[in-house]
Amino acid sequence: MLALDRVSKTYPNGVQALARFSAEISQGEILAIIGGSGCGKSTLLRAIAGLDRASSGTVTLDSEAIASPHAKIGIIFQEPRLLPWLSVADNIGFGLADLPPAERREKVARALARVGLADKAEAWPRELSGGQAQRVAIARALVPQPEVLLLDEPFSALDAFTRRDLQDHLLDLWADTRPTLILVTHDVDEAVVLADRVLVMRPRPGRLFDQIEINLGRPRDRNSPLFENFKRSVLTSLDRSLDRNVPDRDATQGPGQAMWW
Amino acid sequence: MISDAPVLQQSSEPAERAAAPTRLSRYARPMLGLLLPLALALGWELVVWRGWSNGRLVPPPSRVFATIADLARSGELVRHIAATLWRVGLGFAFGVVAGTVLGAISGYWSLARRLLDPTVQALRAIPSLAWVPLFILWLGIFETSKIALIAAGVFFPVYLGVMGAILSVDRKIVEVGRTFRLSGFAMIRRILLPAVLPAYVVSLRVGLGLGWMFVVAAELIGASEGLGYLLLDGQQLGKPAQIMAAIVIFAILGKLTDWLIELAAMPFLRWQDAFGRAKET
Repeated sequence: MLALDRVSKTYPNGVQALARFSAEISQGEILAIIGGSGCGKSTLLRAIAGLDRASSGTVTLDSEAIASPHAKIGIIFQEPRLLPWLSVADNIGFGLADLPPAERREKVARALARVGLADKAEAWPRELSGGQAQRVAIARALVPQPEVLLLDEPFSALDAFTRRDLQDHLLDLWADTRPTLILVTHDVDEAVVLADRVLVMRPRPGRLFDQIEINLGRPRDRNSPLFENFKRSVLTSLDRSLDRNVPDRDATQGPGQAMWW
Repeated sequence: MISDAPVLQQSSEPAERAAAPTRLSRYARPMLGLLLPLALALGWELVVWRGWSNGRLVPPPSRVFATIADLARSGELVRHIAATLWRVGLGFAFGVVAGTVLGAISGYWSLARRLLDPTVQALRAIPSLAWVPLFILWLGIFETSKIALIAAGVFFPVYLGVMGAILSVDRKIVEVGRTFRLSGFAMIRRILLPAVLPAYVVSLRVGLGLGWMFVVAAELIGASEGLGYLLLDGQQLGKPAQIMAAIVIFAILGKLTDWLIELAAMPFLRWQDAFGRAKET
């Protein structure tokens, strides 16, 4: 289980990006974090990844505190961030340097086939389309079999068709080993398609505003009325989170911890 | 929907590589570059042959090549080329090592950059030829001062190139290394070195160019052998063909050594998505 306990982040320039964010995410859960710009969702993800340290509060994975990148936590960024000097296969195997070459090759080959790019093994990253490159990034993050996979707006740079395809594909890959997925997005559709639970954050400073359980079986029909209902409730919550006059509904705030800003 | 997702392919496949160039264009294209110099040389040859000019101060190509052949036959040419190559090679090696080490330190470690870089930049502002009298006083008139001068010329572009390249490594790529928990050494080997390599090769080529420039300066100052000596000797004894011969050999050697660097780097830079590459294929 991944536990976030009152995680706060204040940048050196005094901007408070994240204020006392607490959440518990169980193993295998798919969690979407959604919110307006500047609500600290990327900051939160970077703290969980161990790329940035929280100013206060703790991130613990299976009771192990996370302060730096951890083997059990993988991350996929908005851009594929492939290493341009490595072939597609070597990019996927980048995190497997400690394995014997034969085992590494076998895992890479399996991952390549799994993301449907077996014929691109020896291609350079520059020869891939945006969607293909992001598939390679997903394979690279998944191949060391992390317990937690973080995704920072992973499909936002892709066209609508490719995005849908990759969302379905991600769920398909997730089903193999069922890692915990934490997905930061600003796409309501994406959050409702993928997540078991949607956390809505509100900006300045970033904090938890609302959470919505998506009680829908998978695969989800994007056109069903129930799907539309969940989308509407997330949208409503998102709208309210941006309204300054609405008080926090943050359940984790105990009495006496009300924030004065 | 889930099960067939991986079969779905992207809508926008990258364009297939251009068809391999035909045999003719592959050989013909580099030849285009030879057209202008060949035409000029033949034209001048013709002018002198017809007697429109005596070609005393500007000897025609035939006379230049005859001089080169004479020098080669007497064994002089090999001796001069060897001396010059030796100086350039040694000076280049020292300059590259110093430039790479200091450039890497300044690029990687910001405290060192603050301490070191202003001094290096100040030294860089001094025209390198201004060091010549000092180097001669310190290191003598013979080889050491010449090699030091060449090394100084090579040092600055390499230093700047390495430092700049390290500073401009994409933070996002470095972050990928961090998420895979690369240690300091692995980060250098697997992320920084390959990222820096293209700019490093360019700085080596610039450095080598300056090396050739400074070897002439060094040899003009005082040498008993070397291509620069041939230049000076040709001037003092009024042998323009010999000067031209030395210049031609400089051009050939400079181009050849530059091409060697390019050739050595090619296997490591195949991945580059360069403008020039796209045009050539």
